[in-house]
Amino acid sequence: MTTPHAPTPSQTIGPFYGHALPATGGAEIAPLARPDTITLHGYVYDGAGEPVTDALLEVWQPAPDGSRTGAPGSLRRDPVTGLAAGRDGVTFTGFGRVPTDADGHWAIHTLPPGGVSYLSIAVFARGLLDHLYTRAYVRDDPDDALLATLDAGRRATLLAQAGPHRTYRFDIRLQGEDETVFLEFE
Amino acid sequence: MTPSPPPYRSLKLRTPHGPLVPVRDPEAVELTGPVFGVTDVTALDGDLTRQHRGEPIGERITVTGRVRDRQGRPVRGQLVELWQANAAGRYAHRRDQHPAPLDPNFTGCGRCLTDDDGTYTFTTIRPGAYAWRNHDNAWRPAHLHFSFFGTAFTQRLVTQMYFPGDPLLALDPVLHSVTDEAARARLVATYDHDLSVPEWSLGYRWDVVLDGPSATLFEEGHAR
Ligand SMILES: [Fe+2]
Repeated sequence: MTTPHAPTPSQTIGPFYGHALPATGGAEIAPLARPDTITLHGYVYDGAGEPVTDALLEVWQPAPDGSRTGAPGSLRRDPVTGLAAGRDGVTFTGFGRVPTDADGHWAIHTLPPGGVSYLSIAVFARGLLDHLYTRAYVRDDPDDALLATLDAGRRATLLAQAGPHRTYRFDIRLQGEDETVFLEFE
Repeated sequence: MTPSPPPYRSLKLRTPHGPLVPVRDPEAVELTGPVFGVTDVTALDGDLTRQHRGEPIGERITVTGRVRDRQGRPVRGQLVELWQANAAGRYAHRRDQHPAPLDPNFTGCGRCLTDDDGTYTFTTIRPGAYAWRNHDNAWRPAHLHFSFFGTAFTQRLVTQMYFPGDPLLALDPVLHSVTDEAARARLVATYDHDLSVPEWSLGYRWDVVLDGPSATLFEEGHAR
């Protein structure tokens, strides 16, 4: 099957997206006061092992019941001031967005994905021509089609490490030894 | 023939060395994607010239186009985000130290939802070129940064739009990071006199095609 329409090429997000893309509540995917909330967090490192302090991560995942329809409201705006208003505290949208901080660290609060063992992540940064897709697996999954194709070392880069208080640590290494597995979809 | 510009320096430590691992699973979560709605934008968000008490300095422009998937179907009701430098080539961002003035009436961020035809529209001002430190005497051509969502997370696109006839296009490492000339041309908008509003703004058209498979394409047997 040929592609009738030639795709628009990707270009780097650059360093100056900060007023435009991150929004209050972007990292708070879990509705308020949900006891099953999990925290997924980690660092982004470059090929020299230095933290990447100007990356933007986006997360997409099914709801705990497995539904993949998502919902509006991830980036709500206040119609009075035009400023970011945060989420409504009730709706689970399945989507989150978080920049790395001055340490290269990021964190999101969300609910466990239903039906699969992973959250999908897109990494954007100055110096990346196209964003990178990866997955944070919150449990090892012998039935997972992707994990089954990877050797143990590569597979380990996709497994988030469970910590106390329902936290999961997931570091992303853009380049070099222990480079994270990045994905393409055809 | 014009020599190629110097390489884009930031690539060196950030581009992965390993090959991308193909995912061919028709049940992959990435074949679906986030949705947005009227709570995620306000009516004024598409007009970057009306976000402050006064009007920004610069040449007022209208930029519009259609967002489609690679089968040519309009991407409806999806979020489009725009950010840019002001008319002097300065971002309202603390890390931008290019010695050009800030404009108190311009933040340079906008967003809108595509309509039923997949069309987006922004009113803004034409950004200035700016210096950066990639190499000696490096200048970025005037450009708008855009972010698009498709019907699947695989179709996510962040890119930059350029203006036709800009002499800096031939010298820009970022534009030339796209190695195919025809593909580069798809990042350059067209001046469209019919889109110019008399005594108000100059019009540019820039249509966008999102790559990547989606769940609906798989269902219809279109995915490669
Ligand atoms: Fe820029």
